[in-house]
Amino acid sequence: MPIDIQIAAADYLRFLPEIILTVFGIVIMMLEAVTPEGSKKSFLGGIAVLGIVLAFVANIGAFTDAGIAFQNMLIVDGYGTFFRGLVLVVGFLCVLASFNYLEREGAQSGEYYALILFSLVGQCILATSNDLIMVFIGLEISSIATYILAGYLRDDRRNNESALKYFLLGSFATAFLLYGIAWTYGLIGSTNLEEIRRVLSVGERPSVLAGLAAALMFVGFGFKVSVVPFQMWAPDVYQGAAAPVSAFMSAGPKAAAFAVFFRVFMTSFRPLNDRWIWLVWGCALATMIIGNFAALLQTNVKRLLGYSSIAHAGYVLVALTASSQIGVAAAMFYLASYALMNIGAFIVISHIAARNERYVKIEDLAGLGRREPATAALLAVFVFSLIGVPLTGGFFGKFYVFQAALSSHLVWLTVLGLVNSAIAAYYYLKIVVAIYMHEPSEAMTALPPPSLGLRVAIWASALGTLFLGIFPGTLLGFASYSAAAFR
Amino acid sequence: MNPLGAVLLIPLIGFFILLFLPRESKASFAVALIATLAAFFTSLTLIAPANAASGHFSSTVDRLWVDTPGLRIHLHLGVDGINLWLVILTTLLLPIAVWISQTMIKERHKNFYALLLLFEFGLIGVFSALDLFIFYVFWEVALVPMYLMVGSWGSARRGPAAVKFFVYTMLGSVLMLASIIYLYTEAGSFDYVDIMNAVNSGRVMFSPTQQMLLFLGFFAAFAVKVPIFPLHTWLPDTYTEAPVPATFLLAAVMSKMGAYGLLRYCLPLVPTGAHRCSDWIAALAITGIVYGALIALIQRNLKRLIAYSSISHLGFVVLGIFTFSQQGADGAVYQMIAHGISTGALFLLVGYLEERRGSLDIADFGGIATPAPALATVFLIALFASVGLPTLCNFIGEYLILQGAALTQFSWAAWAAIGVVLSAAYMLWMYQRTFLGKTEAATGFLDLTRRDWVPVLPLIALMIWLGSYTQSFMPPISSATSRLLEETTVNNQYRVQLTMPSAVPAAEVVDAH
Repeated sequence: MPIDIQIAAADYLRFLPEIILTVFGIVIMMLEAVTPEGSKKSFLGGIAVLGIVLAFVANIGAFTDAGIAFQNMLIVDGYGTFFRGLVLVVGFLCVLASFNYLEREGAQSGEYYALILFSLVGQCILATSNDLIMVFIGLEISSIATYILAGYLRDDRRNNESALKYFLLGSFATAFLLYGIAWTYGLIGSTNLEEIRRVLSVGERPSVLAGLAAALMFVGFGFKVSVVPFQMWAPDVYQGAAAPVSAFMSAGPKAAAFAVFFRVFMTSFRPLNDRWIWLVWGCALATMIIGNFAALLQTNVKRLLGYSSIAHAGYVLVALTASSQIGVAAAMFYLASYALMNIGAFIVISHIAARNERYVKIEDLAGLGRREPATAALLAVFVFSLIGVPLTGGFFGKFYVFQAALSSHLVWLTVLGLVNSAIAAYYYLKIVVAIYMHEPSEAMTALPPPSLGLRVAIWASALGTLFLGIFPGTLLGFASYSAAAFR
Repeated sequence: MNPLGAVLLIPLIGFFILLFLPRESKASFAVALIATLAAFFTSLTLIAPANAASGHFSSTVDRLWVDTPGLRIHLHLGVDGINLWLVILTTLLLPIAVWISQTMIKERHKNFYALLLLFEFGLIGVFSALDLFIFYVFWEVALVPMYLMVGSWGSARRGPAAVKFFVYTMLGSVLMLASIIYLYTEAGSFDYVDIMNAVNSGRVMFSPTQQMLLFLGFFAAFAVKVPIFPLHTWLPDTYTEAPVPATFLLAAVMSKMGAYGLLRYCLPLVPTGAHRCSDWIAALAITGIVYGALIALIQRNLKRLIAYSSISHLGFVVLGIFTFSQQGADGAVYQMIAHGISTGALFLLVGYLEERRGSLDIADFGGIATPAPALATVFLIALFASVGLPTLCNFIGEYLILQGAALTQFSWAAWAAIGVVLSAAYMLWMYQRTFLGKTEAATGFLDLTRRDWVPVLPLIALMIWLGSYTQSFMPPISSATSRLLEETTVNNQYRVQLTMPSAVPAAEVVDAH
């Protein structure tokens, strides 16, 4: 069958953010090669920042001409634009926070920034994919770059462990996803998300097989977003990887994976709704409970945030269980506020950790309130937002998620979820207790003042968190507008 | 500008000014004092309109905060007789807290004042909110600065106490959040007035099960905050570990958040749920009254003793609310104000004792009435007020509550009266061991200085005023509570008559059957 491929200029415009990121990533690698050994390489990070900013502008430009691209492979809609913007913001903050970190660890190099850009390319594709093939490609681009980032400090044993664990389990999960895609194609004869939905809603195909395909894909996505019972890797990987990388992994790839998770289950497998909803219900509850209760016992802050990120994935799954437009909008808002507060917290930790990440225990944070009142106050903002105290983004996220759940009559899931969020307050408060209520620790005496990039990243995350908590209307409006596409 | 809006904003403005002052700035005290005093004097202008509004909301503020499809939140504030005095109580006690913090807080004054102002902002918001969402927001906003004050400036075991306080409150309040969201999905609004109208007109009806769930959700939050026995275990730890200005505010105003919530939200919004649970709650309230008093008897620490006495007194407030009678509700509101002033004064004076002796164990005191007669006298007045001596403030509230309880069910009043007797016992015994007797160690005990008198005088004056001339305070309270009770009754009857046409007033329905 001859294939007549026509690509319009508009297609390129809609794909422009990915193109920009790829070009910048390659340029950085080239420049790295020609930069003499021993000279300062932090300007490469500056180029990465520029690339991300341009991609962000292109993302907004692409939205002015929204539509499908490349023979229905990609779709630029409000939803895709939202998540593309989100992962770009995540990348921006992480690059800013990395300058100082890499300098300190003596690992400044171009590859790092190039890998972040490539990872972002994959996540942008995930956010806008409209076809299971693109989902797979996007996921692989994003994951492979992230595997390498997790093990970036190659002389560090914890980094190696983290990368290996992430890689082995991650490839296993991707295989599940691919198998699910193959099943779907065999059953439906198409990989287009809308087409799958159309065929499934007619109801001619045996729904058991379709359900099995959905379940296989659930495993794949569930791993990427660390849902119980596929959460084992998250704490180890977040603990082992370099702090800015953990910040990146817990926000960017996770948001993108959730984006495509929701898109696939809210379009393609929507007709099978009543089959998978109880599975998701159970996973959501288990994820919240296991994440929160395991976090109660942690003494390492990075590990604690790893478990907390599992718990937060559970809250987002509650929104999926609601299986409604409000649910989608709620998940979008939640992931945005979660990204900001979690990155902020990780960045502060990376600042305090000192060389070789010696100080990552909760008690090492002791006395931050006296040593650096501003940083401490901002960390407190992030922590209160993670708890879900009003006037922070985290509160509105949680509120909106549980409102969606209650509108879908999920009373028990809501009550149990909310009780969980109160229990979570206990371990988050350990951080606040340490920074304000204890005498300064050893880590504090040698703490250098935060560098400019770090300060910009922390302040930006904190102001963003507060903005989402005080003026949630703007983002909420856009989220509900975008979610309206999921009919 | 609307005076209520100004009262809410002034502390917030003060908070931001303090944030930008240098770390150990001398001006911070002045800023905090001016802001709190300005809020107080502005709040006095709320009295006249509230008196004139006869039970309706006055000085209302209504601004749209969030407006997206599926979520509309109004910044809706207003005062009637029930919350008017609570707002003024808050604005009155905050300058006092700032005043005593200057000497009782040893370090990082600026931060402490900033948190005090943020706390005032949250508290005024809680008391004046007429939108459930806003109410919840302020509820939590008031919690965070108090948590930080207890945790950062408290005594040795402050960390665990602060966390216990926070998590306990949070566990209750998330259940309230569930109820609020549920109300919103059913009634389509967060606005208190809108929901009341919808329930009144029968547009929104809740089945008994729904009401029960909603009620329990709200009740969880309020019961922890009051606290109602057996959810009180956070209170003694928190009150004891907190620095004195924070204990002062915790006991005097923060404990009113829960009682106010019960009266304002639980009764009229979910009356059937409230009625069904009233026997249980009254039993718990009476248990709290007696239990608190009994435990207070055996305390060796002054702060802990007053903390348990507080549990006992707050049991009266809850009992008054759940009698569903005019006297009970009036008494509950009056008792909230009276308890705020008398217990606040007691904690304040205990703070003076701690400043002078560096300890709070009753055993470390004794015989200090001789070197410090003024301190002993004002302590005795506050103590009598707390015990409920006629012509002092608590008497009016407790009397009305007991009368309301007696009218509803006589045995309630009889049991609760035990608490009154016990309170005289533990208070007088404590006074005797602390101030009377002879101890050599008491010589040279410093009496009240001129600076110490400043916060004491207005409190003593108010105890006498509240106790002897109720006419200045009661009329707006009565008109607001009678309106609230009427709505409760009407809503309850509507609930019972599920099949009735929506626009008919309740009285006619009752006649028709």
